[in-house]
Amino acid sequence: MHLVLFFIFGGLCVAGALNLLFQRHPINSALSLIVVMSTLAVLYLLLGAEFLAAAQVIVYSGAIMVLFTFVIMLLNAGREERTHGSKAAYAIGIPGAAALFAALAYIVLSNGKHLSSARLGDYLVTTGDLSRVLFRDLLLPFEVTSVLILVAILGAVALARREH
Amino acid sequence: MVPISYYLVLSAVLFSIGVAAFLIKRNIISVFMSIELMLNAVNLTFVAFAHQWHQVSGQIFVFFVMVVAAAEAAVGLAIIIALFRTRNTLNVDQVDLMKL
Repeated sequence: MHLVLFFIFGGLCVAGALNLLFQRHPINSALSLIVVMSTLAVLYLLLGAEFLAAAQVIVYSGAIMVLFTFVIMLLNAGREERTHGSKAAYAIGIPGAAALFAALAYIVLSNGKHLSSARLGDYLVTTGDLSRVLFRDLLLPFEVTSVLILVAILGAVALARREH
Repeated sequence: MVPISYYLVLSAVLFSIGVAAFLIKRNIISVFMSIELMLNAVNLTFVAFAHQWHQVSGQIFVFFVMVVAAAEAAVGLAIIIALFRTRNTLNVDQVDLMKL
């Protein structure tokens, strides 16, 4: 059951990521990124991270991607054209990324015997467990992130404002 | 039962696709989206290891990464809007003032 769900949603995830890579129009890339993020939420749920699954849907595929699609439509971004730079990027980018993947997969698979298997419902972190750590041990970092968000909002408004 | 290494390999696939998209894409918004994809791939690794070692701290890390990614997306998109206003292009090849 777990394996079937993993392959269905993992396959959807990789398909969405490849679609992001090969689409030439940014709005198509943005929509396929929403697919990737939603399937990752399901994978988090399979790994017993229920709060993060909800936060992934709300924050990532909700808030952040709405912001992305909003900016794409606001700037009226069209298809990207091929340039000299893009040919060089294809020649270096694809083999480079393949080499990176080969190195990462080799490291993971050669150390795979030290890792256990994930069973469905074996380990579940509820929102209560997470918030106990977050609000007891890590209260100061949590409050500092609220300052970070405030600064980011102010910076975004200051940057995007039209100057007279 | 799924071995944790499957999740790690999936995360490596997503990260590599993110790197390839970062290098290949010429539209600055697409480049920015591939950074988000790489962040998500690393988050999956954190959650998989949190499951492996039965530690909550891995998920706490993911929570903070999400917060920082939200702030980063807001500021980055504001920079993109400001860039489009001044230079009237989204192509990264034409934004080359700092090149020699």
